[in-house]
Amino acid sequence: MTEHLLLGLQAAADTTRAYGEFPLIGARAAVWIAAEVHLMFAAFVLGVPMFAVVAEAIGIFGKDQRYDRLAKEFTRLLLVAYSATAIWGAVLVFFLATLYPKFWAYLTAVFGPSMWAYAGLFFCESFTLYLYYYGWDRWKYGRPKLGHWSLGLLLNLWGTIVMFIANSWLTYMMTPPRDITPTTDPATIKLWHAIANATWMPINVHRLIANVVFGGAIVAAYASYRFLAAKTDEERAHYDWMGYVGNFIAISALIVLPFAGYWLGREIYQYDQSMGITMMGGFMSWLWVIQAFLIAVLFLTGNYYLWIGMGRIPGAERFRPYTKYLLIVLVLGAIVWGTPHTMIADSKELAAMGGSHHPFLGALGVMSAKNTAVNLMILTTFLSFLLYRRANTRPVVPWAKSGTMIQGAMFALAAGVVLFYGIRGYFVEAIVRIGFSVYQVLAVLGCIVAVTVIDVLMGRGAQSLGAIQWGKMPPRSQYALFILAVTFTWLMGLMGFARSGIRQYWHVWQVVQDTSKYAATPALGYASKMISLCVLIFLTLVGFVFWLGGLAEKSTFVATGDREGGGGGRHVGH
Amino acid sequence: MTAAPAVRRYAAHPFWQAVGILVLAYIVVVWVVPLLPGSAIVPKSVVLQYMVTVLVGLLIYVSDNEERWARFKEPIEAVLVEPRLRVARAALLVVVTVLVGLIAYGQVATTVAAPPNLRSIHPAPPTEITFRGKSITLTGLENPLRAHPESLPLYLAEGKGVYYRNCLPCHGDHLDGQGHFASGFNPLPANFQDNGTIAQLTESFVFWRVAKGGPGLPREGTPWNSAMPQWEDFLTEREIWSVILFLYDQTGWKPRRWETEPGKGESGKGKGDD
Repeated sequence: MTEHLLLGLQAAADTTRAYGEFPLIGARAAVWIAAEVHLMFAAFVLGVPMFAVVAEAIGIFGKDQRYDRLAKEFTRLLLVAYSATAIWGAVLVFFLATLYPKFWAYLTAVFGPSMWAYAGLFFCESFTLYLYYYGWDRWKYGRPKLGHWSLGLLLNLWGTIVMFIANSWLTYMMTPPRDITPTTDPATIKLWHAIANATWMPINVHRLIANVVFGGAIVAAYASYRFLAAKTDEERAHYDWMGYVGNFIAISALIVLPFAGYWLGREIYQYDQSMGITMMGGFMSWLWVIQAFLIAVLFLTGNYYLWIGMGRIPGAERFRPYTKYLLIVLVLGAIVWGTPHTMIADSKELAAMGGSHHPFLGALGVMSAKNTAVNLMILTTFLSFLLYRRANTRPVVPWAKSGTMIQGAMFALAAGVVLFYGIRGYFVEAIVRIGFSVYQVLAVLGCIVAVTVIDVLMGRGAQSLGAIQWGKMPPRSQYALFILAVTFTWLMGLMGFARSGIRQYWHVWQVVQDTSKYAATPALGYASKMISLCVLIFLTLVGFVFWLGGLAEKSTFVATGDREGGGGGRHVGH
Repeated sequence: MTAAPAVRRYAAHPFWQAVGILVLAYIVVVWVVPLLPGSAIVPKSVVLQYMVTVLVGLLIYVSDNEERWARFKEPIEAVLVEPRLRVARAALLVVVTVLVGLIAYGQVATTVAAPPNLRSIHPAPPTEITFRGKSITLTGLENPLRAHPESLPLYLAEGKGVYYRNCLPCHGDHLDGQGHFASGFNPLPANFQDNGTIAQLTESFVFWRVAKGGPGLPREGTPWNSAMPQWEDFLTEREIWSVILFLYDQTGWKPRRWETEPGKGESGKGKGDD
């Protein structure tokens, strides 16, 4: 009771000079846009260096110059995107300081020293990036090249620490350590205690993986834009290959992302169950229905891109008749995955169903069905990729036939485990059912790892049926890459809102109350429009960055006529 | 003799395959699913969702292969440009226009039905409630009557009495939400036999819902017009716990258990010095 009284007093004290106002759209919308667009750019500039450095390593150690060029092209996109990130970050800080001054003062009181460290590291990151990009052609061979590669590693290190620091601020807002109450003086809170809160590490891991996914998708979208605008076959071949690599990275990282998300969700539940229920079962649960739709779009589009891509691989015609069966599994999976538990229905339909739960289809709305569907969709996507990978080769190892049979058996076994636990989940209580998802996931991951190992061994010295004809892709395949990038961006905004919105009318959950006129959690319709607006702003700016990327490169792209293995064309030094 | 090859030709054409699958999917969702045992009509929102998914799947199927894509487009291009299909073109123009008009009319026409609303069926419970002036922490709370297994038959008999005196008119003799008064309510009374209601919940959640009823729902549950009374005004704490025991015993569902030891997962907040 005393606490409620204190909260009331705090609210009264907060009425003066606690909040500013922003013209037309209001303070909350202003901060929302600034934070979201900043985050999207930040995800891009943190994700891209990760695979730029990997691509450069493949170039160095695999002695394949294509990858080196690819890494450099990724990095060129970073330069402009990096400034945009910084600008939006500054806008966010100014908005917070002027529109939410009291809350901002609280955050700075708790996190002040980490903000200084953040600024310092940002400085280091910027200059490492400049060195990394502008030093590319200077340190091109031998030992200096390794030094250059180390710069890439360093860039990732700075970026990751910067993100971890910023993550601590927002996770503190969600899950402040339990001993901190509204009466705790922020100046007395130990910095590390505030940083190492319950959701800090889960968010760190989730964002780290998500950034790779996002970076891959945006790079693929860039490649598709350049592909569609390409004037020569050489250019088309290069950007087709780049789009493929970006998409491959995005989809590969996407497969492990749900597990990190699951960990985060679990920590939220553990911290405060009502927060967890609001997210998964209450008001925010409708966002998960939208998420289900968008994830189904990702799976379908990702597979579609691979299947169209088979058109440019000699030998792929052997596998093409099977893709329709994969499509059937994906469509059925998408139907189950997207079936809502509580259905939107008019009063007549509600009366016929006996409530909001459909007596028959309701069985598809629960977790057992969803987990089964999504795991089978992951397996199917992996199978698609395997067929794609194997399309232009014929294994020559003597055990090729039995190896393929073992791979088939592994798929069957994994699908069997997923189905078994999916069905069994209906007959056990909730707490046991939750544990089943772990077995399903392990079966799928186990299958992916084992089948890949066998495939790599089996592919040794394989007979080639012809090189991939990079560039021979219809334009619609490139639109598929666009769809993937837009969907990823949208998902990020929606799920970020779900995570942040569950704080409801608290700046810091049950510690600092939001007493502004925007304290109420926005309606989902309004939130969806705001998120869509942020996506639009981001994509427009990214479109501009792409255009700039093209502008800068026009004079340096020289066709070589070398088409072998794709990626034709080369960049001359500056 | 001539019909069969023509049918085969159509069946092998990607455009007509797509049309056929779309029609088949519609028939299955709208007419076959409701015919299954224990099933009901599929809400329009879900029909739309399923049909869009199938359509996307079909578009992927017809366009993931150059040859199939070219064949798929043949009839569409033919109808749009070939002089011999002038009548079909005109008919298509009329059909599409009328269809768009009908859909637009359906969207804006006034009906007497209440608009569909998004409700949170299981909104987040508060950490703590006040029951007749007494504070009860819901997080980690178990049914206290289960602590006395020897007296369970007695509590169950008591719960049964409470149910039949108070809950029967709406929730029904079979606990399936089909009481005599049920059809007068929107939303309908909860069906406890359904695996989506008490089977998914902890007993403390059910306690909160019985005690506070429709009026005690949080804002996120709105727009909510549940007629469930606030039973704390009529029943004692023990009566509510006993009727909850009865609900689980009668339906055979097991209440959801807490993941951590009671009290361990609490936030430690909301405990004032009162």
